[in-house]
Amino acid sequence: MRHGETMRYLSTTPTQRAEMLRAIGVGDVEALIERIPSKARLGRDLAIPAALAEGDLVAHLRGLAERNADADRYVSFLGGGAYDHYIPSAINHLLLRGEFFTAYTPYQPEASQGTLRTIYEYQTMICELTGMDVTNASLYDGGSALAEAALMAHSVTERDQIVVSGALSPLARRVVETYCAGPRLPVKTVAWADGVTDLDALRKAVTGKTACVMVQYPNFFGCLEDLDQAAAIAHERGALLVVSIDPVALALLRPPGEAGADIVVGEGQGLGNHLNFGGPYLGLFSCRKELVRRMPGRLVGATVDRDGKRGFVLTLQTREQHIRREKATSNICTNVALIALAATIHTALLGKEGLRRAATLSTAKAHYAAEALERVPGVSRRFAAPFFKEFALRLPKKPGTVLRALRRRRILGGVELAQFDRRLKDSILVAVTERRTRAEIDAYAEALASVVA
Amino acid sequence: MNEYDGLVFELSVPGRVGYSLPEADVPEADPARLLPAAHLRRTPAALPEVSEFDAVRHYTRLSRMNYGVDTHFYPLGSCTMKYNPKINEDMARLPGFARLHPLTPEDASQGALQLMGELGEMLAEIVGMDAASLQPAAGAQGELTGVLMIRAFHLDREGSPRKKILVPDSAHGTNPASTAIAGYQTVQIKSDQNGEVDLLDLERHVDEDVAALMITVPNTLGLFESRILEATELCHAKGAQVYMDGANLNALLGLTRPGDLGFDIVHMNLHKTFTTPHGGGGPGAGPVAFKAHLAPHMPTPAVVRDADVWRLDWKRPKSIGKVQSFWGNFGMHVRAYTYIRTMGPEGLRAVSENAILNANYIRARLLSHYDLPYEGASMHEVVFSARRQKAQGASATDIAKRLLDLGFYAPSIYFPLIVEEALMIEPTETESKETLDAFCDAMIRIAEEAQSHPEMLAEAPVTTPVRRLDQTQAARQPNLRWTPRGRTS
Repeated sequence: MRHGETMRYLSTTPTQRAEMLRAIGVGDVEALIERIPSKARLGRDLAIPAALAEGDLVAHLRGLAERNADADRYVSFLGGGAYDHYIPSAINHLLLRGEFFTAYTPYQPEASQGTLRTIYEYQTMICELTGMDVTNASLYDGGSALAEAALMAHSVTERDQIVVSGALSPLARRVVETYCAGPRLPVKTVAWADGVTDLDALRKAVTGKTACVMVQYPNFFGCLEDLDQAAAIAHERGALLVVSIDPVALALLRPPGEAGADIVVGEGQGLGNHLNFGGPYLGLFSCRKELVRRMPGRLVGATVDRDGKRGFVLTLQTREQHIRREKATSNICTNVALIALAATIHTALLGKEGLRRAATLSTAKAHYAAEALERVPGVSRRFAAPFFKEFALRLPKKPGTVLRALRRRRILGGVELAQFDRRLKDSILVAVTERRTRAEIDAYAEALASVVA
Repeated sequence: MNEYDGLVFELSVPGRVGYSLPEADVPEADPARLLPAAHLRRTPAALPEVSEFDAVRHYTRLSRMNYGVDTHFYPLGSCTMKYNPKINEDMARLPGFARLHPLTPEDASQGALQLMGELGEMLAEIVGMDAASLQPAAGAQGELTGVLMIRAFHLDREGSPRKKILVPDSAHGTNPASTAIAGYQTVQIKSDQNGEVDLLDLERHVDEDVAALMITVPNTLGLFESRILEATELCHAKGAQVYMDGANLNALLGLTRPGDLGFDIVHMNLHKTFTTPHGGGGPGAGPVAFKAHLAPHMPTPAVVRDADVWRLDWKRPKSIGKVQSFWGNFGMHVRAYTYIRTMGPEGLRAVSENAILNANYIRARLLSHYDLPYEGASMHEVVFSARRQKAQGASATDIAKRLLDLGFYAPSIYFPLIVEEALMIEPTETESKETLDAFCDAMIRIAEEAQSHPEMLAEAPVTTPVRRLDQTQAARQPNLRWTPRGRTS
């Protein structure tokens, strides 16, 4: 075994190795792996690139990173489920505390109170935002959280049909379809009309076999759905209402819990987490307290120790795979605790006023941007429904060409909608957060005018 | 410090702020004029009001109530709690990665796609497979992805997904859970007296209704399944696929490869073998790698290369679909890529050799103090039983709690289920001999205490921020969120 540059994460010296082998009673490590069939031994080096010294590796990775049009070097109006929101510096410093980021699931609660307390805080904050009774410790991302909600609704109602709004993220809908394949749950998609779920079509789609109705708020096009109507339609036929949300929006908008949602899920990336090219993100999952024993994922609860002192533990674990195995409510084990911690610290720092202000500024700037861009000849808003921080825009020229031209001016102008829905092949989705300035929006409008002229 | 008992809500003072947001620079910023009243929240969410420093001190204090790999030896078996290199964190935070939106067009995200493509190729080589998908977010999602791919494979070939999946009794709980979610019936296969899969029992159960055998190598006893080639052949003879749970891949790098052992598909836990941090429970990443015949069924999109250009390939009609909204836990991919390029082929083999050396050293030092239920050669972890200590009045739990007082995190306990009072110890390759010796000294001391005064072990821990907690109260009267009056909900 070589003992050089590549070994900086290993501390056993050749002398120590010899001592250890002596204590074990073998001559070399080979003697310990004799049970691997010799014909299946690799017998050569892995065909991967040779080790790189730290400096060379940093240069290589910087080179790869610089080939990407990131939201620092470009002015970004990209959304569609991931947003460039303000992230206070303090978050990263706290996440990098080794006690947080190098710990694992708090199986020994006495030595994990830090993690357990932050999850308990997180559960409380998400309940406050969603207006729901109970929140779990996190699922992987918004898409898989939505899929888990479908499975949970199936188990709660013992019904098979999943009804999904066509105005719900097409990416998340694909995850629902994947998860529903195994238990063979039919997924029915209800059309949208003018950017929101077609409620008449929804009413027709929901039957006595429907386990749940799934809508997004604000929806994929940024528009605000009528949750009261959706709840009434679902509940009339004994189905659950599942609402997929943006937690930033809920600092300003009415929580779905007030509209009668049974399960609220969502993508929590906007709470203090970077864009990261799509992950790791944060799967939010909340529900009514009557449903808690059917919930997927870990839950932290408050209790007391032997001396009567307040403490926190993982609880209601009989739902989980390590106890119930094939009868568990979900197969999830590892979740995204550190991302939930970032969301917790973010929500603490922004707090009651700040999160609402970020949401308000996003709305205000998005509306300003919609007006400014609509003034460009030939450009119009695709839908008239009220919207939060994101809107669809119809362009007079091929969206791909327009966006490429904008990119040359260091503007990421939006997401092409043709890839999700052919009916929207003339449209793009534009997201505006509190980080965008009026000057950036004006520059976008000016650039768009010259590009489509 | 151990006296700290704060929750951020209890630090809240009306009017305090911990953020810096600009003033509105657009003319209309009143939400009541922009949005219909019916959509607006009537009462603000009851979130805390703290200053930045309040929050920094609070969360720093909370962090000090945790044990982590950076502060303590963390021998949690099956979880591979190795050192998480700092350079990985820096690389994942490069703006070109951290600030990159997932819907950035392909021609403007070539660096990220190249990293994913190359990582997939390196992982496939490491496990001896033809291709990989990086999309699954964690091991359990890798399992679900793999089982769904196997389902799609059978459906495509035979018009039926088949009915059953065989899982050994020593398996992780996620295996049967993933199997059930994918719509299969789980059939448990016995372990033999050596702690390996009972080939006779396997032979009895494997038939044309079996979609797959799902098996962990080395198994959860830390033993290499010495007859694995026979097992995989037995399954293939009946048209069944063989899935490897790669949770214990840390024992195999550069020594042998799942693909060469006859497996069709394997998931890897980047947060175990490939040093991405565990984060207090996640995020992880659970890529799957597979033989060519399963490739048509991999999740969409696939990251593919056309000459020098990388792109996302969506046109895969036999795909199982998506398991994540976007492309997987890219931030973890950057860390794992950084690690593999740091180590190179010799370094990765040294990882497994040292992991095996360390586990066997612990085994040798503790052999006369704890019972070893299965005596086969250990790979990267060793499973003892505390049944002797239990008879003396000290359970596996007591031993675990006492370890916390002696400055170590605990092994995994009561798992695998086939071992009474199991103590599952995985040191990993990154721990030094001095640390292993200190841990073994502590374990020997505890074995002596179990004989001399077991009642003391039942009192442990006493040095942690809280003592043993009332689990029954937590479950009977769930208190899952803070309220001003401490009301339960």
